[in-house]
Amino acid sequence: MENNVILKLENISKDFFGNTVLTDINLEIKKGEILGLVGENGAGKSTLMKILFGLPEITETGGYGGKIIFDGKEVNFSSPFEALESGIGMVHQEFSLIPGFTTTENIVLNRESLNKNFLVDIFSERMSTLDREKMKERSEKSIKRLGVELDENMIISEMPVGHKQFTEIAREIERSNTKLLVLDEPTAVLTESEAEILLKTIKKLSTEGISIIFITHRLSEIISVCDTVSVLRDGILVNTVKTEETSKKQITEWMIGRKIDSKSESTDKKEENNQEIIMKIENLWVDMPGEIVHNFSVDVYKGEILGIGGLAGQGKLGIPNGIMGLYKAGGNVTFKNINLDLNNPVASLKKGIAFVSEDRRGIGLLLDEPIDLNIAFTAMQINNDFIVKKFGINWADSKKIKKTAKDYIEKLEIKCISEKQTTRQLSGGNQQKVCLARAFAMKPEMLFVSEPTRGIDVGAKKLVLDTLRKYNREFGTTIVMISSEIEELRTISDRIAIVSEGKISGILPPESDPVEFGELMVGIKDEVKQ
Amino acid sequence: MKAKFAEFIENAGWPRIIIGLFLLSLFIMTPFVGLRIDNSLTDVIVRFGMNSVLVLSMVPMVQAGTGLNFGLPLGVVAGLIGAVTSIEIGTKGFLGFLTAILIAIPFAAIFGYGYGKLLNKVKGGEMMIATYVGFSSVAFMSILWLILPYKSPDMIWAYGGSGLRTTISVENYWFNVLNDFLKIKIGSHFEIPTGMILFFALMCLIVWLFFRTKTGTAITAVGANQDFARAAGINVDKMRTISVVFSTILAAVGIVVYQQSFGFIQLYLGPFYMAFPTVAAILLGGASVHKATITNVLIGTFLFQGILTMTPSVINNIIQTDMSETIRIIVSNGMILYALTRTVKAKKVKS
Repeated sequence: MENNVILKLENISKDFFGNTVLTDINLEIKKGEILGLVGENGAGKSTLMKILFGLPEITETGGYGGKIIFDGKEVNFSSPFEALESGIGMVHQEFSLIPGFTTTENIVLNRESLNKNFLVDIFSERMSTLDREKMKERSEKSIKRLGVELDENMIISEMPVGHKQFTEIAREIERSNTKLLVLDEPTAVLTESEAEILLKTIKKLSTEGISIIFITHRLSEIISVCDTVSVLRDGILVNTVKTEETSKKQITEWMIGRKIDSKSESTDKKEENNQEIIMKIENLWVDMPGEIVHNFSVDVYKGEILGIGGLAGQGKLGIPNGIMGLYKAGGNVTFKNINLDLNNPVASLKKGIAFVSEDRRGIGLLLDEPIDLNIAFTAMQINNDFIVKKFGINWADSKKIKKTAKDYIEKLEIKCISEKQTTRQLSGGNQQKVCLARAFAMKPEMLFVSEPTRGIDVGAKKLVLDTLRKYNREFGTTIVMISSEIEELRTISDRIAIVSEGKISGILPPESDPVEFGELMVGIKDEVKQ
Repeated sequence: MKAKFAEFIENAGWPRIIIGLFLLSLFIMTPFVGLRIDNSLTDVIVRFGMNSVLVLSMVPMVQAGTGLNFGLPLGVVAGLIGAVTSIEIGTKGFLGFLTAILIAIPFAAIFGYGYGKLLNKVKGGEMMIATYVGFSSVAFMSILWLILPYKSPDMIWAYGGSGLRTTISVENYWFNVLNDFLKIKIGSHFEIPTGMILFFALMCLIVWLFFRTKTGTAITAVGANQDFARAAGINVDKMRTISVVFSTILAAVGIVVYQQSFGFIQLYLGPFYMAFPTVAAILLGGASVHKATITNVLIGTFLFQGILTMTPSVINNIIQTDMSETIRIIVSNGMILYALTRTVKAKKVKS
């Protein structure tokens, strides 16, 4: 029944400046079908939805490959307005509501019911007044259709989050022609009972013939509400199956992927007898917006590479940022049995702990300064390295800085014209190498590396990982690496800790079944563990 | 060739090219309106020397990310205290000039310290606050000039016997002590005030050296990326304060250099609008709110002072009206406007 298919994606592919994010995606959604879309962070879910919705950042970066057939016609939206017009609604992760307006005003925004008056005849539609009665009626109807309780006169900014989410959905379905609704992690901000109501609403809408694409990290929601589920991994559609024919475990397997062979090379592991604790973290909390850590405890052994993984927003990034004093933190952290002063960047740096930040362009680099200063800077300020003393004044030792920079440029294969080039002009991978070089130049005893391969291409990724491993083996530097890519952690780490909801949910050896990692990440194993 | 030309324009920037060409055309016109070109050149060089240290005083603050020093009058006021005190003491010649500077520096350091602390409390709005710091320091000192117990008959109001005059001549003390040092005279109309240029070079050297020290490097990092500096364990507020103190001291020294060439100490509202032409000069030289170099100071001061010196003489001779003030205002405020809007644009591209 071809005419029953509302949306068909054929061979969709997309790359950002040569960095492939989607390859040959084929997908079909029937009328009234609920499709669950899952995948790890960066698997390409959001990009796929952006293509469907015609967001300008897609056209600006060279468009996409393949065909989109919506409602029997081939479409290529150049703006979200066109997508809305043809009947695709989208509810974003961030609320796009006007805080100072009431529920009703938000629901019918830009589609208000109007009253005619004599000025309209003279000037234009713009002079008409609002028919508030009618608007209220429409929003009431729409809210009723959702099957929820919302006060249509409440101001958005005074609402609980759940209500905001419902308002947004109400707005999308109030549009009479909405045929397909995309919900991008709508339950992430909701409490459990609110999420349940939302799931019911989704089912109700589908019985009315609206097709739904439901993106979420909570697999139990997928199982309970979706008809089919599609799994994306590294820009490839791994599988699309009927929900009743699969299980959480199987979906997790597809999400994480099986690439166990890549582990074989790290057999050069050191003997396990070295169990000296270099850093003890107890009940750490960090107030980093979007990455809050609640109660994290772990022992880091001397000379190991400890991987820390977890989904975005679960707090894994908060850990190094808190320990290095960049965000407000509390708890007990001891380094070599001495208490570490939190909330003080100098304290941890002075003790020989270095940090390569995930925010490369934000706090990792001086973008308008040359490579050599970027590399030498921290070592110069903290360790008084690269300094000559003349007439009682500390001068920067430009000769030594230059020499060291040249060394690292060669060792890490940083592609640049000279050590005097500004780092803004380097590619992402080479910028990352400069960040690493800066950390190495401090000769740290312990190194935190946060998302070292984010946004860099495959070749540079391998080099960065190899460099970290080499540095660990040669100098015995303890490395704590935080990454959202479990595969990457498995190739390099000695142990992998998984963080979920700001706490540690388990520590696994890298050889473990990838499914186990997935289960820890989405929190299925919680009840078993504790 | 064409690419090279485009690159030159890109590097130099349109405002500098336009103003440069305008200045060049003024020089070309000089002989035709009955003026001597060597005379005009001397004027330009002298005015360049007079203002150069003041413009240089912008550099440390911009480099630390504290923005353009619209609070320049604060430093100037410190310099004025030094100048009038040295006259009160009565030291003459180069020694008098040195006394003025040595007295001015501690005052500038104290003022600068408080000013720096204040600017640390208003991060993001420094330039606005700085403007008012400048204005109010001038107003406050206007009261003090009247009531401070200076006694030298060269400085106080003749009729009352107390309170300082609005304009005080330094003719009997240290007028032209720098200008006349090793002065080069070619022909009857062309002079180079070698001493003043040398003194400016010395100041430039000090600034240049400062940014090659450990502290100077840290200040550069603070200005370039505050989050980076904080993550590298730098005390951001301290570095900002140091740069403000440095800027204020340079401004104090700068005004004394200015006075020894100008011949007068201008009190009361004299320093009121001093910040604007100085800011305009460094912006004209190619500096931005985030980055300023000594080259910017050199180019900017030369172009700006060149225009100021040449327009009155040349244009007035052509159209027989005094246009100099109008042109000065258009150029200086236009330059400030241009530079401030340009940085907004650059920020937008980044995000």
